[in-house]
Amino acid sequence: MSSSSFIDIQNLSVGYTSRSQKIIKVLRDVSLTINRGESVGLVGESGSGKSTLALAAMGYFKRGLRALNGSVHFNNINMLGLDHDELQKIRGGNLALIPQNSGQSLTPTMRIGRQIAEALRLHSDLSQTAFDDRIIEILSQVRLPNPAALINRYPHELSGGQQQRVAIAMALAGQPDALLLDEPTTGLDVTTQAHILELLRDLARDRNMAMLYVSHDLGAISRVCDNVVVMYAGEVVLTGSSRQTLLAPKHPYAHGLLTSIPRLKQKELPVALDGRPPMPGEAITGCAFADRCALADDQCRTTSPPLTRLESAESIRCFHHDKIDQLATSSQKVKQRKAARKDTGETTLGLEDLAITYAKSGFLTQFLSNSPPPPATVDNININIEKGETLGLVGESGSGKSTILKTIAGLISPKNGGIILNQDTKLTAKVEDRPSMNLRQIQMIFQNPDDSLNPRHTVAQILAQPLRLYFQLSGKDLHDRSVKLLEQVRLGEHYLSRLPSQLSGGEKQRVAIARAFAAEPEIVLCDEVTSALDVSVQAAVLDLLNVLKKERGTTYIFVSHDLAVVKAISDRVAVLYQGRLCEIGPSDAVYQAPFHPYTDVLLGAVLEPDPDTAPTLSADDVVELSPPAKGCPFQRRCPKKLGEICENQTPPAQTSIQASNQGHVIHCHIPLKELH
Amino acid sequence: MAQAITHQFEKNRALTVLKDLVSRPSGAIGLSLVMFHLVLAIISPYIAPYDYKLQNSYLMLSAPDAVHWLGADHLGRDVFSRTLMGGREALLVTGIATPLAVIWGGFIGILFGLVGGRLDEVLMRVVDAFLSLPWILKMLVIIVTFGSGTAVLIPTLAFFYGVPVIRIARAATHDVIARDFVWSAKARGHSRISIIWRELLPNVLDALMVEGAMRWSWMLLAFSSLSFLGFGVSPPTPDWGLMISDARGFMSFAPWGVIGPVIALSSLIIGINLTADALAKALGIDRAQKAPV
Ligand SMILES: Nc1ncnc2c1ncn2[C@@H]1O[C@H](COP(=O)(O)OP(=O)(O)OP(=O)(O)O)[C@@H](O)[C@H]1O
Ligand code: SF4
Ligand code: SF4
Ligand SMILES: [Mg+2]
Repeated sequence: MSSSSFIDIQNLSVGYTSRSQKIIKVLRDVSLTINRGESVGLVGESGSGKSTLALAAMGYFKRGLRALNGSVHFNNINMLGLDHDELQKIRGGNLALIPQNSGQSLTPTMRIGRQIAEALRLHSDLSQTAFDDRIIEILSQVRLPNPAALINRYPHELSGGQQQRVAIAMALAGQPDALLLDEPTTGLDVTTQAHILELLRDLARDRNMAMLYVSHDLGAISRVCDNVVVMYAGEVVLTGSSRQTLLAPKHPYAHGLLTSIPRLKQKELPVALDGRPPMPGEAITGCAFADRCALADDQCRTTSPPLTRLESAESIRCFHHDKIDQLATSSQKVKQRKAARKDTGETTLGLEDLAITYAKSGFLTQFLSNSPPPPATVDNININIEKGETLGLVGESGSGKSTILKTIAGLISPKNGGIILNQDTKLTAKVEDRPSMNLRQIQMIFQNPDDSLNPRHTVAQILAQPLRLYFQLSGKDLHDRSVKLLEQVRLGEHYLSRLPSQLSGGEKQRVAIARAFAAEPEIVLCDEVTSALDVSVQAAVLDLLNVLKKERGTTYIFVSHDLAVVKAISDRVAVLYQGRLCEIGPSDAVYQAPFHPYTDVLLGAVLEPDPDTAPTLSADDVVELSPPAKGCPFQRRCPKKLGEICENQTPPAQTSIQASNQGHVIHCHIPLKELH
Repeated sequence: MAQAITHQFEKNRALTVLKDLVSRPSGAIGLSLVMFHLVLAIISPYIAPYDYKLQNSYLMLSAPDAVHWLGADHLGRDVFSRTLMGGREALLVTGIATPLAVIWGGFIGILFGLVGGRLDEVLMRVVDAFLSLPWILKMLVIIVTFGSGTAVLIPTLAFFYGVPVIRIARAATHDVIARDFVWSAKARGHSRISIIWRELLPNVLDALMVEGAMRWSWMLLAFSSLSFLGFGVSPPTPDWGLMISDARGFMSFAPWGVIGPVIALSSLIIGINLTADALAKALGIDRAQKAPV
């Protein structure tokens, strides 16, 4: 068979046989074509089959899965008819995959140069000297600085973004004609992500590669992809150009996905897409999206809609795509208002001159090496958090956000300074020394619920822990209270006997939230609580946090690297770089000029799901390992750096004079009126 | 109420894991093999057709026939009867020594993992150095010094096979205590004991159970090797390792003396390995699943 497309998948179904001998389909009749020089974005919630499809494009199926029907051709080779060795030749050669977290999966004990050499050796037969040159050439292609020095480093000596670049370099070693990327920038900082995406864009263009880009991040997709394929419950529900699908999505699901993304321009919380997609194998009558669709009618619930091609060259699986405009207006009405804050003026938590350091070099080593101690990881943090307020903390990885939260929770002892609770209680540093009462008042929610819920405990056991510890509940009281807590996070009683592995990502995070609120805390520390979740689930979790705050007047400290999320939920935002405060103020003020140069860089790198906006990359994405000993923390990367003054003198705290921007402080040597 | 839920859940889990285990082909086959051997070890004295000690010089090295299904050995003893009973000693010794090894190795490993820091690293170096010596050498030193009775073999095997368990338990402990649910419990202010008991142990025990099954099969091999070398059970007690050793000299003209014990020993070891494999998957701690490419 000869087909015109470079990657050509037709009517592919992938599934497995369950224990009860039923065939469960993970992908259902999926078709996808990619030409040379074309990049296609594949989006959908977790579990929608994105990764399965990307792997199938290279003839690979995860253990247990197999192709049930359909065809997969790459460069006119039937990928389903090849044996293991033949596939292995193509994979990593003409067709390369960059899996999720591939930067972290580099072999830790092998130098960078050798890892790339191994990848090269598989797919080429160069002489030794040509070989070395080629390694350096590949490394410079992915714009890594000083490749000749880099080849002798170990992976842990590189930053996350650099590791990811090395992984991309390894994939490029075989001179591929097609790249499959599975969430290649998830988990990276905004600035790093923006740089990697630019790199991928240029690579694809220069080499005329076919690219399949799997991501739940529509901002990233809009930056690198010409066309978009939206998947739902193992089916393709919408395909079209990036502009069509991202600016005016005609499918209700795609519409919902887009409205659930927090945007910088928007003041309210995003609208959550309620419900969850059907699991593979769940009986579906009619449209798979019907349960969550505001346009669903009887026809939708009984007949499954076909994928139809529109005149605009989009394909869509929906009966009512012409009514999509109704959806746009009707959902605007239910927009969540951010909980209004009662201005009590009462400080709940005061951070006074907080300094935290991890480096604990012994007296002797310090004496012998005669070098000054390294600068503290976090230094000079003075923030008063008012009762009922949500304070957002933003900054790149390594900026000390989690460190500050852990210190407030008592898990790390500060080097200097104090934490004052309710204006009078000075919290002793360590958890062990704090009275139970104070421990109860401060609760923490972690980034990844897979990690923060014990996999061996049921939801009942998880909720029982704080209830027993703080309130000595047992028996019926314990049960009733647990049920009530679940209700508050919109989960039913039957969840009590579930294990975390039997919950979806969003449900897990709800349980983690319920556990925190079980303590009836005054302050809840949220560490990247939505970054492990799908956008639609993220919107629902943000909404839940907002409602709980409205009901109880809880104070939040909300840490995130996602500036739009922080903007959506926070009253006040603090921007951190290398553990030092750059800017703090009411969230509207921080997201408006005047900007601290670092805030400016961060905001410039934010990717909006809009093909018409491009990020502005003004600073390098180098990761610094320790803060400078003196001067401005941002001096090494600052695009607006004035000169020596930034290196030698601590920047002054400049307070905004505008009445509406009360409490807006920028730490920079540049006068406020020039910071636009 | 919650107590009841907890309890019921634990029972359910054991049941769920068992169901999952036998629903996998490897688990079903493996567990049947192991059960078969265990049952046989218990009832073999009653069903063995001949006395295992009975020597008959007329039958010396005679070929299998309708009366002596697996023929006779060099002393004219019935090989079939001896094969039936040849696993008893091995199963008894390793059946006691394996749990002992897992318990002491697990305890020390968890302790190292909890202590952490410099001390833990130094101690692990010692463990590594110890592990790098060939096991047979270490064992023979003990056996030559103290003799080779069951009373020596059980503690010796338990000791040597507990050392690698330390590594596993320590690694599992390190993994678990770095996870956020442990931090979360710490931040709430739970006591150290409660954190170890509730958060750590359930997760580490899973890994130890699988490790225990693996150790068991290694230990059986070691026991048989010792018997083969003449340091295990003493004649005339039937034992597969010893039988193989005895019959090996006559392999070229009387191979039946070896076939029985070899099949018996290997089927038991394969059975244990299959079970361990399926158990790891049923518990969800299967590490064999690798990323593609
Ligand atoms: N246990 C540790 N020992 C030594 N240094 C550490 C440790 N944990 C964190 N650090 C360092 O402290 C700094 C702040 O780390 P922290 O985890 O607070 O950053 P973060 O802003 O939360 O980043 P991310 O977004 O990646 O979670 C970083 O330079 C990091 O390398
Ligand atoms: S077919 Fe009906 S239920 Fe499905 S997406 Fe379209 S309107 Fe919604
Ligand atoms: S003080 Fe200097 S280096 Fe720091 S942000 Fe301002 S201009 Fe840049
Ligand atoms: Mg963090």
